Amino acid sequence: MTDTTTPTLELRGISKSFGSVEALADVDFEVRHGEVMALVGDNGAGKSTLIKCIAGIHAFDEGEIYFEGRPVHISGPKDAAKLGIEVVYQDLALCDNLDVVQNMYLGREAHDPFQRLNEPVMEQKTAETLKSLRVTTIRSVRQAVATLSGGQRQSVAVARAVMWNSKLVILDEPTAALGVAQTEQVLTLVKRLAEQGLAVVLISHNLHDIFEVGDRITVLRLGRNVGLYERTKTTQQEVVQAITAGAPTKVSGISATQGAPT
Amino acid sequence: MTSSAPESAAPAALPSVPEESFGTRIWENIKGGNLGSWPVMIGLIGIVTVFALTTPNFFTPVNFNNIITQMTGITMLAFGVVFVLLLGEIDLSIAFLSAVAGVVAAELQKPDGHHVFTGIWPIVLALIVVALIGAFQGSFVALIGVPSFVVTLAGLLAWQGYVQLQLGAAGPIIIQSRWINYTAQYFFSDSAGWLIAAIISALFVGGRLGLMAQKRRHGVPVDNPVLELIKLVAVPVLAFGVVYICNKDRGLPIAGLEMVAFLIFWTYVAKRTTFGRHVYAVGGNPEAARRAGINVARIRIIVFAISGFMAGVGGIILAARLSSVAPDQGGGTLLLDAISAAVIGGTSLFGGRGEVRSAILGAAVISTIANALFIREYSNGVIFITTGCILLFAVTLDTLARRRQAKTGR
Repeated sequence: MTDTTTPTLELRGISKSFGSVEALADVDFEVRHGEVMALVGDNGAGKSTLIKCIAGIHAFDEGEIYFEGRPVHISGPKDAAKLGIEVVYQDLALCDNLDVVQNMYLGREAHDPFQRLNEPVMEQKTAETLKSLRVTTIRSVRQAVATLSGGQRQSVAVARAVMWNSKLVILDEPTAALGVAQTEQVLTLVKRLAEQGLAVVLISHNLHDIFEVGDRITVLRLGRNVGLYERTKTTQQEVVQAITAGAPTKVSGISATQGAPT
Repeated sequence: MTSSAPESAAPAALPSVPEESFGTRIWENIKGGNLGSWPVMIGLIGIVTVFALTTPNFFTPVNFNNIITQMTGITMLAFGVVFVLLLGEIDLSIAFLSAVAGVVAAELQKPDGHHVFTGIWPIVLALIVVALIGAFQGSFVALIGVPSFVVTLAGLLAWQGYVQLQLGAAGPIIIQSRWINYTAQYFFSDSAGWLIAAIISALFVGGRLGLMAQKRRHGVPVDNPVLELIKLVAVPVLAFGVVYICNKDRGLPIAGLEMVAFLIFWTYVAKRTTFGRHVYAVGGNPEAARRAGINVARIRIIVFAISGFMAGVGGIILAARLSSVAPDQGGGTLLLDAISAAVIGGTSLFGGRGEVRSAILGAAVISTIANALFIREYSNGVIFITTGCILLFAVTLDTLARRRQAKTGR
């Protein structure tokens, strides 16, 4: 596998504007395999824009992107998926009327030689994946997703993301709508992903969650990097300070100066 | 083709799957907003029992055959309706699309000198025409986003107009092609009927056992064995029972075989193919389907083409029953009967929930009631009111099931 010093994903000097609004300005970001990188920031800090750029939904205006050390170009969601980048969106994107197996394989169904859906194989694989992630609260993989609790649904969405040989999983506020016990369930799952060698990006507003599972913490403010902390060497106060009033850590000569010719 | 996360133990069943009892499974389904076919099957048995006890000349082989032929047209249209409803859309044009298919087939089979289209070709071409019309209407829904209600309401008016232009002045067209007329009027001999029952039973039993063996091989939990056994016995009993009753009269009507053939085909499409899976997904959550990489527009267009195609099949059978197409073809209650059949059969109006078989079950309910009330010399008014009440009841059940699901979710 990759050696530990090469980040799974590395972004350098990313900028993105929507019309006159500068959503991201010269942002650096990296995540290594086997680590949970927390991405935090207040509303409008540019977190969502950043992950949408990584997922191929938006294109960067400027900047470079390296995947496992190689420069890559992501111009659509398919490119991202091909690299092994999976995003679990906040609003889940599961079909309530389908069961767990059907959701896990949605859009990538397994077939037998006669082009029929191969249910036993899909069911077996789903059960294995859930087992390897130790998701044990789902009674039957043939249950409709509508009958699952919020935590169980989030677990299914995460399991779906890791089933496809993915190398980087991005979780957008996975615990936002969950109760205490269910949050714990999902956070345990997040840790397990990293233990299995995946690179994990966790976006959250909840500092408690971040300090529980994050290995490193990237803080954005107003579309700029304002801090990169290691969990063991920082405090919640320091991170809150950075989120609310952090100064840009990187003064990039030209673009930071207002009105300067580019 | 796929590989799961690194560590994967020997293939084993899910951790701690408690043996599901029959009752809990149905209860889980109801909680999930899926009532299944149970209400309509119980209702149908009740309706037949009541009429059998109270109505003379109802529970006879002759009348059994009559009901089968009377329900075929509605059933064919309702198969298409099931797919459209699974998407959460509606198709109001089907009744007059069925008339268009009848008119096209009748025009093409006319023995007026230039015999270009003979044999089965008028049927094939008519079906292609209506399938394309369906796809055309569907593309307004899928590509532009016009509500299907409006698109197909426009279709309802326009195709009615077309039929009137074709037949208004000229009057009905008589159909002489045996290829067309036999689709509704042919009866199998006794032995052919038994053979058909045997083939259908063998297909069903073989298919179920094969699936079970496959599941066992992959160490996946098999369905409840008691329920499975009931199904394995019930379907052959039903097949042979139907043939037995039909043989006491004129024999198995071809219309019955056509319904079963399309039932098997569309159930296969809905349950065993990727396309079918994607129809359910788009109906359940279009955004999730899109993010999963499904071409939502393509699915929608194909479903409307299926709807048009099945309307055509029904239209040709309805025309064949009378050996003619008349200007009032496709009018009356055909549209509402077909949609009601799918809904009464248990397919949800809200998309994503339903079974192909609900078309046949719902059509059986509607046709049986209409037939029995007609025998008892009630007027059409009474028949309409009764059907309306049953429809309201079915939709209420569906809505309640959905509300329950909204409560149990998350």
